[in-house]
Amino acid sequence: MKELLIDLYNKNSELINNGSPLFVKELREKALEVFKQNGLPNTKTENWRQSDIQSRLEHEFAFNFVNQSKSLDVVDIFTCDVYDLDTFSVTMLNGWFVYQNAPITQLPDGTIIGSLSKAMEVYPEIIEKYLGKAADINKTGVTALNTAFMQDGLFVHVPDNVEVEKPIQIINIVDLKENTFLQPRHLIVVGKNSKLTVVHCDHSLVHNISFSNTVAEIFLEENSKYEHYKVQNMGKNSSLLTNLFIKQKEGSSLVTNALTLNGAFTKNYVDVGINGKNCNSELYGLYLVDSAQHVDNQVFVDHAEAESTSNQLYKGILDDESRAVFSGKVMVRKDSQKTQAYQNNKNILLTDDAKVFTQPHLEIYADDVKCSHGATVGQLDPNAMFYLHSRGLCEKTARQLLMYAFASEVVNAISIPALKESIDNMVQKRLRGELSICDQCLLHCNDRESPVFDIDLNKI
Amino acid sequence: MLKIKDLNVSINGKQILKNFNIEVNKGEVHAIMGPNGSGKSTLAAVIAGRDIFTVDSGEILYNGKDLLDMPPDLRAREGVFLGFQYPVEIPGVSMVNFMRTAINEKRKHFGLEPLTGAEFLKLMEEKKKVVDIQAKLTNRSVNEGFSGGEKKKNEIFQMAMLEPKLAILDETDSGLDIDALKVVANGVNALKKPDNATVVITHYQRLLDYIVPDFVHVLYEGRIVKSGTKELALELEEKGYEWIKNEVK
Ligand SMILES: Nc1ncnc2c1ncn2[C@@H]1O[C@H](COP(=O)(O)OP(=O)(O)OP(=O)(O)O)[C@@H](O)[C@H]1O
Ligand SMILES: [Mg+2]
Repeated sequence: MKELLIDLYNKNSELINNGSPLFVKELREKALEVFKQNGLPNTKTENWRQSDIQSRLEHEFAFNFVNQSKSLDVVDIFTCDVYDLDTFSVTMLNGWFVYQNAPITQLPDGTIIGSLSKAMEVYPEIIEKYLGKAADINKTGVTALNTAFMQDGLFVHVPDNVEVEKPIQIINIVDLKENTFLQPRHLIVVGKNSKLTVVHCDHSLVHNISFSNTVAEIFLEENSKYEHYKVQNMGKNSSLLTNLFIKQKEGSSLVTNALTLNGAFTKNYVDVGINGKNCNSELYGLYLVDSAQHVDNQVFVDHAEAESTSNQLYKGILDDESRAVFSGKVMVRKDSQKTQAYQNNKNILLTDDAKVFTQPHLEIYADDVKCSHGATVGQLDPNAMFYLHSRGLCEKTARQLLMYAFASEVVNAISIPALKESIDNMVQKRLRGELSICDQCLLHCNDRESPVFDIDLNKI
Repeated sequence: MLKIKDLNVSINGKQILKNFNIEVNKGEVHAIMGPNGSGKSTLAAVIAGRDIFTVDSGEILYNGKDLLDMPPDLRAREGVFLGFQYPVEIPGVSMVNFMRTAINEKRKHFGLEPLTGAEFLKLMEEKKKVVDIQAKLTNRSVNEGFSGGEKKKNEIFQMAMLEPKLAILDETDSGLDIDALKVVANGVNALKKPDNATVVITHYQRLLDYIVPDFVHVLYEGRIVKSGTKELALELEEKGYEWIKNEVK
């Protein structure tokens, strides 16, 4: 696959670099060199041992180096489950930004929202300042790969002292008849004292094989506030890698929440660089998986400056022979005194065949810190089950109630009431086995075989 | 209403109830007293259907039906209620959601339409008064962060909501202050009807001043060793269990 990808780049470098400023081309080629060296991670690569992407790449894939979906009315083909939110909504179709009105919009408050590819042409000085500065191409092969092939994605620039009222919702849809390989790239900058929320929904509309390798770079300037929600509801043949790189400056606060409701193979990497004092980082995740679904959450928090706080809470419910991986690493550097860092991963296994690999990890070089980590893997509490039964709740209802209670700790961390309600509904639907990706699809695809993704409550 | 015949119960091979017998009729209040570890909570749990205990032999009939044949949730819907000695905390499950589900599952069982949100809230407000609960339960998880006494009140509140036919109250009085004890006892009395029955398990005669029993039984080492009327409780209070133990020997 590695050779094939390098070859692909070389053959298509004209198309890929078409219209890009020189520094972007240089960045791509530098990344390609790194990729040549490092290749893709395999099961011997640290943090990838349990998540084998090589086997997921053993297919022929189509690549789209040209935007074919510039002005499509997406509402015609799809409504996202969290769609009726009052948001500024943008759509990515097969890796390309859909120009609903214009490729780039500037809000009255000065916030710029639009296509990254277009922004490279229109705002090269902003792009140059940030692009590639958070996503370290030497860190993982997939980041280098994305950087080499990046063309389009969401670009948001919030100027200083602006609170963007409505969340920006980005709906990422895969809808192609061929097996598709996508590499979206997002760049988000939140200015000093500014505030932004992004809701990122991933969907696949077809059951073809797709492989999506996303990189998002997020820059939080001094005292800014940023929240990032990911809602993943992908098909049974989709692989989704998301790599979130966040750089935090002094006094900034961050919330990320990755909600994996469906997806054959999902790996969410969150990399937080805390480069200032008094930062706060809240990292949440919830995964509800069944059948042979695989979900991997990897977190790296680098406390490079003192007096900041980070907190990780990842929870999952696993049915059938599903797999979940959690590896959370917190690094507290030598001079990062008065750091507080907490990590927690809790899992409920509904069957003997479901498996969790969990590895919370603290690496502390400072002495005046408060840190803790923990992981649990268990079943539903039998005492609570009996208590519910003793009030007349049947087996199925009691289990659903307890599973929902378990999940709700993460859902309750969502600060936007409308979004919380919407996610809450999706989680409840998911636990009742009613959330299917075909529900919202208005396309009449031939391959309309309904995927069965219900957690089987009788097996707990 | 409840008839237990020659019941033998064990856990992990250890026998706890030994040839236990009791009969409780409609309209009656029975008190079961007995030293720690004598098997009172085990009895209550077995009636409610806790599956960690093994019923080795014997039978439990409830209105003529074999209770041991029914799963615990069915027993509850049929009117059996256990007031827990140690109510379970269930973080994340709201009291409202919990009670609403319980009520509606029971209604479904009897072929009734579920209560609407408004009907349910009205019922809840009404029943909160039974045990003088002031707190808004809307945002509270089941028993989470409740004080010992509040948990016990909450048990009787749930009993009031579910209107059981047979209520077994396991040490509902322990952990209550004097005023709360009266409130809870009055609540239990208010729920009393000619066609239901109550079994109260307690260590203290004082409760029985408020909930006046028709019969008092002393459980010792897994069986009833003495039965009598409410005077027996007074006698126990005076003489302690040594007296019974000596008598049994
Ligand atoms: N889950 C269990 N595992 C092992 N032994 C148990 C278990 N539950 C009860 N027992 C044992 O059964 C016996 C009876 O316990 P039970 O709780 O029924 O007593 P009790 O009469 O309710 O006591 P108390 O007055 O202290 O509440 C005790 O010896 C206890 O240790
Ligand atoms: Mg007891």
